[in-house]
Amino acid sequence: MAGQRIEKRFAALKEEGRAGLVTFITAGDPDPDTSFEILRGLPAAGADLIELGMPFSDPMADGPSIQTAGLRALEAGMTLAKTLALVTRFRQQDAHTPIILMGYYNPIYRYGTDRFIADALSAGVDGVIVVDLPPEADEEFCIPALRAGLNFIRLTAPTTDDKRMPTVLAHTGGFVYYVSITGITGAAASNDLETIASAVSRIRANCALPVAVGFGLKAAEHIAAIAKIADAAVVGTAIVDRIAAGHAAGHDAKRIAADTHRFVSELAAGTHAGQKDKVAK
Amino acid sequence: MSTRHNTLRSGPDANGHFGIFGGRFVAETLMPLILDLEQAYNAAKQDPAFAEELDELLQNYAGRPSPLYFAERLTEHFGGAKIYFKRDELNHTGSHKINNCLGQILLARRMGKTRIIAETGAGQHGVAAATVAARFGLPCIVYMGAADIERQQPNVFRMKLLGAEIVPVTAGTGTLKDAMNEALRDWVTNVADTFYIIGTAAGPHPYPTLVRDFQSVIGREAREQMYAQEGRLPDTLVACIGGGSNAIGLFHPFLDDPDVKIYGVEAAGKSIESGAHAASIAGGEPGVLHGNRTYLLQTEDGQIKDAHSISAGLDYPGIGPEHAWLHESGRVGYVSASDSEALAAFQLCSRLEGIIPALEPSHALAFVAKIAPDLPKEHIICMNLCGRGDKDIFTVARLLGEDI
Repeated sequence: MAGQRIEKRFAALKEEGRAGLVTFITAGDPDPDTSFEILRGLPAAGADLIELGMPFSDPMADGPSIQTAGLRALEAGMTLAKTLALVTRFRQQDAHTPIILMGYYNPIYRYGTDRFIADALSAGVDGVIVVDLPPEADEEFCIPALRAGLNFIRLTAPTTDDKRMPTVLAHTGGFVYYVSITGITGAAASNDLETIASAVSRIRANCALPVAVGFGLKAAEHIAAIAKIADAAVVGTAIVDRIAAGHAAGHDAKRIAADTHRFVSELAAGTHAGQKDKVAK
Repeated sequence: MSTRHNTLRSGPDANGHFGIFGGRFVAETLMPLILDLEQAYNAAKQDPAFAEELDELLQNYAGRPSPLYFAERLTEHFGGAKIYFKRDELNHTGSHKINNCLGQILLARRMGKTRIIAETGAGQHGVAAATVAARFGLPCIVYMGAADIERQQPNVFRMKLLGAEIVPVTAGTGTLKDAMNEALRDWVTNVADTFYIIGTAAGPHPYPTLVRDFQSVIGREAREQMYAQEGRLPDTLVACIGGGSNAIGLFHPFLDDPDVKIYGVEAAGKSIESGAHAASIAGGEPGVLHGNRTYLLQTEDGQIKDAHSISAGLDYPGIGPEHAWLHESGRVGYVSASDSEALAAFQLCSRLEGIIPALEPSHALAFVAKIAPDLPKEHIICMNLCGRGDKDIFTVARLLGEDI
């Protein structure tokens, strides 16, 4: 059952007494084969959960790095069907690492929501983040997805106040993703850990799910800081930038993958930072 | 929709839906802002002081009411229907865009916002936004596609004179949709102090509604003026459509008059068949972009396609959600005119009426040229001449092979 991979992974992390690392890459970036090489090695490099971006021509919440990654993938012929096929291929070798698809609604809407939910589940997708589907639009995708056993992971933002929080968290599954800055992906990280910590505890007061924090996190020390206050840290742009650099330098798939995995293992080191504090929690 | 069955003017519903279209498809960071805006707009609508201040500005700053003009020589030329122009090109800043910008800047002030952002295609909305920002002493950042900056130099300079900062957008194809993406990225980053003045009747609810309401002054005036000049309603309304703000402004007050035929004219670019066009209804499918569900130019995979039109103001791969609904309900007929038809209409209007129209309403006139000759002489067409063509003279000169 799809929902259980995320649950089990967070339970295992709790056992280990550390936070999780969520890594984001764009499916098909810079091309489908290289992307698969990168994807398959992420768990061994230290990714506890994987977010796979569904390329979209008009990613309104993304900064230049992830915008360009999506365009590279689209130019290489990526489609939503191929993104699902990438997950199917990944699942043949990894039955445990949760995969979360992240993107925008239009490609899903065009694919057909019911068909997408069914195909995502059979590919082995565990959760979906759809940036431009707020709770006001729950009826059309979120609720059918949850009903079918596909986690709809909710983003909460610094602008989500106490009054709105229960609405945002009413229909959700897997974990809650706290967007730690008001801004787009790849912007500078917030160094206001106190505000992030208080936002995380506000979420916890409303919802029993684990909380992941993302947007702006680029280095092991960011991860270490977040590891002390949340259940997982998400890194996207910094990883995508490594892929872009390797691609620009003309490196082959193996080398781009190896460089990316090396960077992910550096990031993963940061997840152990919160270990002592977690025991006291 | 409302439970009243005898009106087409009661939309949208509480969640901003026109049938299946419209809605609020935005990132969570923006949701609280959009809800605030809706609340502020509802409060403003109840406040007579708001309407009074807006009316005063529309009259004494923008120059409303705009005239309803009988285009006698074009009428003679076509030899059929009587053609009237609603002269919104005579407004301050040269187009209908000022109507909406005045409304939105008053809302921004009521909400205590201190920084204005806007997107622009042809530059008409950018100029209008920069104008109202200057008038009220607020800084203004205008996002404009790099390709559009290239072809709309006069408006770019105009915005600079007005004190706005123009940010070229190179992402994507460097046109209006990319400028709108970038403005949304700015807004999501600067949530506390920024008001986003959207120029067209699209975007997340309540934008399509408030833009329509601010533009409906066009149709309200046209009704009164038509009664005064002809003693009756027009038989046909025609307006061009990019996102569709001038069109919905003219159409909305007439939607419940079943005898008035209404046509929206999309840009057919090179031709609909060529794929190089901006006709979202003729060549698009329903989808979700920029906060609303509507007709979009897109691939089978749901990727947004580039629009093409001679007119930067129509060069957008979507259309306002209320138009999508009016299309599906059959109330409004959506047709199209090509680049070359618009260019011919542009020249004809200049020579016969002494009015240089913008390339956008030249599309509307191109459609009038198709229907007017076969209509009886007592048939009255009212076309929205929503912008003037000064900004387009360089583009047109190039197309006509003139070096200026």
